[in-house]
Amino acid sequence: MLRIKNLGVYHGYVQAIRELSLEVKEGELLAVLGANGAGKSTLLGTVAGLYKPTAGEIIFKGKPITGQKPEQVVRQGISLVPEKREIFSALSVLDNLMLGAFHRYRKNKPVLMNDIQEILELFPALKGRESDQAGSLSGGLQQMLAIGRGLMSRPALLMLDEPSIGLAPLVVREIMSILVKLKKTGVTIILVEQNTKSALKVADSVLVMERGGITHSGNSVDIIADSSIQEAYLGRAR
Amino acid sequence: MGEQLLQLLFTGLTLGSIYSIIALTLVTTFNVTGILNLAQGEFVVIGALLAVSLQGTGMPMIAVFIVSVILVAILGGLLERLTIYRARGASNLSMLIITIGLSISLRGLALLIWGTETYSLPAFSEGGSIIVGGAALNPQSIWIFALVAVTLTGLYGFFGHTFWGKAVKASVYNQTGARLQGINLNTISFLAFVAAGGLGAAAGVSIGPITMVTYDMGFMLGVKGFVAAAIGGLSNVGGAVIGGILLGILESFSSGLISSGLKDAISMIILLGVLLFRPEGIIGAIRERKI
Ligand SMILES: Nc1ncnc2c1ncn2[C@@H]1O[C@H](COP(=O)(O)OP(=O)(O)O)[C@@H](O)[C@H]1O
Ligand SMILES: [Mg+2]
Repeated sequence: MLRIKNLGVYHGYVQAIRELSLEVKEGELLAVLGANGAGKSTLLGTVAGLYKPTAGEIIFKGKPITGQKPEQVVRQGISLVPEKREIFSALSVLDNLMLGAFHRYRKNKPVLMNDIQEILELFPALKGRESDQAGSLSGGLQQMLAIGRGLMSRPALLMLDEPSIGLAPLVVREIMSILVKLKKTGVTIILVEQNTKSALKVADSVLVMERGGITHSGNSVDIIADSSIQEAYLGRAR
Repeated sequence: MGEQLLQLLFTGLTLGSIYSIIALTLVTTFNVTGILNLAQGEFVVIGALLAVSLQGTGMPMIAVFIVSVILVAILGGLLERLTIYRARGASNLSMLIITIGLSISLRGLALLIWGTETYSLPAFSEGGSIIVGGAALNPQSIWIFALVAVTLTGLYGFFGHTFWGKAVKASVYNQTGARLQGINLNTISFLAFVAAGGLGAAAGVSIGPITMVTYDMGFMLGVKGFVAAAIGGLSNVGGAVIGGILLGILESFSSGLISSGLKDAISMIILLGVLLFRPEGIIGAIRERKI
């Protein structure tokens, strides 16, 4: 569904991604692991159109989307829930969710309220908070709102950048179980995580990144079994 | 004595309303695009001058108003595409300098087309002044008050209650977040300048009957609008209106009671004071909302 070939991305003079190739299959949950600074956020940001690659190709559903702007990429069916969440803190929870559907507002206006209801079923903790300011929510609820907003664009590919960061274990578990639910509805997911343990539990396949490239890839069972990977990159996962 | 004060108050409120509208457009453009549009005064003048020409063809005043607003709105959008859009990504200082360039070019254009003559526009409604408490209130003032009220209501309605207004607000709060939802910041910048052009022209056509119109009055109007906006903290819509009214009343009273030479000096003094002692704005210090 998503194919990346020989991607190269710079931040100024810093090369954040070098000669990176990968493939994501339709319907799978791919976990991307790696230490701080490995280039995970840059990878997702480049797919989403926030950063322009200097080399390589990004192909989504057979169509090249390399170098498209974020506002174009989201229309193709790719949604990024960014590292810093980037929710609209001064707007209400409801407005945040509505704006997630910005690109299909004109055509789908009558069904948006239904879609929001679906999102609230998925994140019951947000129910009753619809008119609260998004910035007044707890970290966990803000993350759920960010994911909910990302889903409002009806993406075929949902990318999440460290959704577990700064959250209590219980909340992390809830979010992970929601990702599994989402996968069952047919959404393809790329999950960037430093919380290796949680990510490996839900992932179908796994990539490990280091200094802008991929050092290991495989299905999650093999990666968990590979003790050298465990020690070198992932800490103890079990 | 009481009547004279009331008279000065009416004059001040009228002047102040004019400054308020210009300040409102400055603040809205600034909030939405981060650009301080120093060509805003020129939109006002071109609007008024276009109205003079249109009115010369025998068009009724209401049609003159609408056509002039539409034309300057188009001009605003066109200039955004030709300059701001091409420089997108440049620093705020570069953008500021671009708007100064726009202001000078527009003034030159106005000079070429309309020359140095002083024009006037007929009032929107016929009939003489209304006497209130012994002081005369020009009916055109009431039209100007109405324009401020309509503009304010429109802005609050748009930003507070429409989906598109919220999308614009979202892009003000968080650009990355907005782009990831599919909101195109370039389009928003374009629309901000369309609105700035249209509103500027509306102000120009409304004040024409009171102030007379010359090609070079835009600079001073821009400065007054900026001072009004700065009093209000530069990003606060309500503050901009209060700032405008305050400035108008101060000007009217100081020129009426002390010396008419003070009128334009007042805004410069306030500007210096605001910049020196409270760069974030007087009312801005106690503001709680943006847009
Ligand atoms: N906006 C930026 N400007 C400059 N350098 C950046 C920027 N974002 C990331 N980098 C650099 O690019 C590299 C990869 O960063 P990032 O993609 O954020 O990694 P990760 O998400 O895996 O922690 C790091 O060396 C980081 O310092
Ligand atoms: Mg990161």
